Amino acid sequence: MTSAPTIERAGVPPTRETPARKISVFLSQHARVRLALLLSAPLFWLGLVYIAALAALLITAFWTVDSFTGQVQTNWTLDNVITVFTGALYQTVTLRTVGVALLVTIIDILVALPIAFYMAKVASPRLQRILVIAVLMPLWASYLVKVYAWRSALSQGGIVEWLVTPFGGTSPGYGLPATIITLSYLWLPYVILPIYAGLERVPNSLLEASSDLGAKTWRTMGSVVLPMLWPAIIAGSIFSFSLSLGDYITVNIVGGANQLLGNLVFTNVGAANNLPLAAAIALIPIGIMIVYLGVARRAGALNSL
Amino acid sequence: MRISAPRRSALIAGLAIASSVALLTACGTTSGSGYGGDEATGLGEMEGSVSILAWPGYVEDGTNDPAVDWVTPFTEATGCEVTSKTYGTSDEAFSLMKTGDYDVVAASGDASLRLVAAGDVVPVNTDLLKNYDGIFDFLKMQSWNSVDGVSYGIPHGYGANLLMYNTEVFPETPASWSVVFDDAAVNAGKVTAYDSPIYIADAAMYLMFHKPELGITNPYALDETQLTAAVDLLKVQRASISEYWSDYLKAIQAFETGNSVVGTTWQVIQNYVSTGNTDVTLPEEGVTGWSDTWMIGSQAKSPNCAYAWLDYIASPEANAQATAYFGEAPSSLAACDFRDDCEAFHAGDADYASKIWYWSTPIAECLDGRTDVTCTDYSAWTTAWQEIKG
Amino acid sequence: MRLSRAARVTLGSVTAAILVVIYMPLFVVFVNSFSTSTSLTWPPPGFTLEWWGRAFRNAGALEGVTTSLQIALASTAIALVLGTLVSLALQRHTFFGRDAVSLLVILPIALPGIVTGIALNNAFRTILDVRLGVMTIIIAHATFCIVIVFNNVIARLRRMGTSLEEASADLGAGVWTTFRLVTFPQLRSALLAGGLLAFALSFDEIIVTTFTAGAGVTTLPIWILDNLFRPNQAPIVNVVAVVLVAFSVIPIYFAQRLSGSEQLQK
Repeated sequence: MTSAPTIERAGVPPTRETPARKISVFLSQHARVRLALLLSAPLFWLGLVYIAALAALLITAFWTVDSFTGQVQTNWTLDNVITVFTGALYQTVTLRTVGVALLVTIIDILVALPIAFYMAKVASPRLQRILVIAVLMPLWASYLVKVYAWRSALSQGGIVEWLVTPFGGTSPGYGLPATIITLSYLWLPYVILPIYAGLERVPNSLLEASSDLGAKTWRTMGSVVLPMLWPAIIAGSIFSFSLSLGDYITVNIVGGANQLLGNLVFTNVGAANNLPLAAAIALIPIGIMIVYLGVARRAGALNSL
Repeated sequence: MRISAPRRSALIAGLAIASSVALLTACGTTSGSGYGGDEATGLGEMEGSVSILAWPGYVEDGTNDPAVDWVTPFTEATGCEVTSKTYGTSDEAFSLMKTGDYDVVAASGDASLRLVAAGDVVPVNTDLLKNYDGIFDFLKMQSWNSVDGVSYGIPHGYGANLLMYNTEVFPETPASWSVVFDDAAVNAGKVTAYDSPIYIADAAMYLMFHKPELGITNPYALDETQLTAAVDLLKVQRASISEYWSDYLKAIQAFETGNSVVGTTWQVIQNYVSTGNTDVTLPEEGVTGWSDTWMIGSQAKSPNCAYAWLDYIASPEANAQATAYFGEAPSSLAACDFRDDCEAFHAGDADYASKIWYWSTPIAECLDGRTDVTCTDYSAWTTAWQEIKG
Repeated sequence: MRLSRAARVTLGSVTAAILVVIYMPLFVVFVNSFSTSTSLTWPPPGFTLEWWGRAFRNAGALEGVTTSLQIALASTAIALVLGTLVSLALQRHTFFGRDAVSLLVILPIALPGIVTGIALNNAFRTILDVRLGVMTIIIAHATFCIVIVFNNVIARLRRMGTSLEEASADLGAGVWTTFRLVTFPQLRSALLAGGLLAFALSFDEIIVTTFTAGAGVTTLPIWILDNLFRPNQAPIVNVVAVVLVAFSVIPIYFAQRLSGSEQLQK
């Protein structure tokens, strides 16, 4: 838009050449400057606060700690990293943690699909709103309280046992199954929401066209809905996978005698006061998540979070 | 030569990483706390505020239960406003003291020596504390609260890690810790133990009694062979464990529901279990225990208020209130005038107290005085503990 | 969509069953808030209103709620601003490093909380030598709340398209005026939805908070953690949780109405 001389337009006052106007014109002509202005604050924040802190932490993985005084010494060494990647304890715990996280993610997706589908496609608009509220409300009950409620539910004489005993079952008690159940429960809303959003984006017309062409319900689901939904599913899974990968509080409360990666990191930061080893252990979930995020990006999930 | 865009971004990223590494190394992650000064020679002006780090329930000011408050009288008497932070394990306390934010810390024996070694606490001049004399002698100048004859704090109270058992599963009182070690498999999946590396001392204490050939004389002074034996015992026990507890609410709940039927406990847990089918005992091998010490931080901004707090919390009435709320024996006989449950906690019973192996920090210099071997230190115990849990 | 009646009924009952499972623990919490037993066992031995009375007089709980509210509001405000800026940048422009930036935004929430917590704790204490306190918590929370706002806003921006903004520019509106009068009103409900989720996340966050809170700062989750240790206080925690869930209906409902009314305009 050029700074044209004022043309008589009915009812529109002539534009004035104020400094604000000049800046506005400059910005609308220079996209890169706009971009730079937009990005500067967030990048500064994320870069300075987050990336720098993360880098500082990861560097300590290559240092040591004096066990007597607890001070971190800047002696460069690969010992911690080697211990973590070759030690039997760390390999076992990593496999266990990844297994738990995968199971939790799969369970959450399987549970989220029907309810999200019902909310997006079958429910009336009013019911839809109620359902969204119903799904979001548990997020407000404190995480700790929910985990303790599950502890109470899964204990001997708890509500789960009361429900399954008539059918001859027993409550799983505390342990890995309990951890998986509780984690699946906790992250369910985070998985339902992106899948619901993704399903809303699937136009009803496509579904109708599919059924007009003779496809039964399952065929439509598999060939039409699922491929479109895939990025949203992966997006939801990012939350449940990463939140399970690093969780240590739930394991502490319902996991019985088990420990996951988060517990190892926590013990080393607290009990052992061995920040270098904790940072080395932290490399494992960071590495796993970066790979996961890379896969998610290829699937286009980052656009449908 | 035009560098392609992806390669260019990779180059820039590489440069950024390299330069930030250099920068961060220069800044460093080491914080010099150094050795924190000498003990005070006399009290000065109260600073008006004091920050305290303690176990939950040690510093109650009525916000949790209006009837439970021994902080307000302190503030009224000295003018020192109290801000407190609670911690869950001694290890957390040790990490938190490094920040230098706290004037006073209530440290158990498995943290106190580490605090001294790290220079995070200073010696305490007990002459400045008028309530120090009344404290039980068996709590003063012990290995966990003094170093080379220098006192580092004032004792708070003491308690033992007892054996708790479900009276329906054990109609007769178990006489030995074997119910959680060698015979644990009988109750597989229902045995509980304390979730901290310091629990290795309990295994060591058991071996001290049953395998004297190992030569253990102090469960906190273990050389490599002795530590390995204790670790092996605990790895076998792991198969029978329902859960390790560090939160005593967990232990109470587990015994009430029957998820745990036998294991290590604190007296307070037995006091709170409401189902009436549990009891505690002090087995023949002895018990480990704890006696917490109030210590003063080396970077304390309010040392005078800190001394005032130490003196106040050791005074009979305040000590009685605090130790009764937590469920441990008080630190002085005079405190029993303000409590009616001293019997249950074996207050002043020197014989009972002598059977307790109080939590101490294992260090390389053997606590039992041996000089021919190096003992394993707490970081070795921590690594071992993680391997035991698997 | 034309689903057979059987399919509808099955789907409906599966949904109902899932909702029952979702609310079962909350039901347990609700019942336990009236329980006479102080250690959360089920079924409760008796019922009492004592905990409800005590909860409202409990200074610690109120302080926790106030602190958490302040922190959540501040973090959400910062996240709203930064999240919108990033979304506008990423959706409206293409530049090299675009994928890297979107990855960067997601990273704080994709990496485990404990890693973020100890990294920030280490940075604040040893490198920046800053006292831990409310400010450090706000900084930590804002960092991982950015992505929540970012998700919602960028999804909305994609749906919006640029035609309205171009029209506004053609009519002579400056950059800021276009944003204020055209873009922002369309973004409002996305901002609200994102802000609400970010608020909930910050309000309930415990892991990163324990590492970035200083002495004397008690957020609600920290208070809950402290009080789950104490047998005399545990049921009060249940009361607090019930109250929170009950109160949460209001903002969620309004957020839904706002986004719902916008959807009807499609």
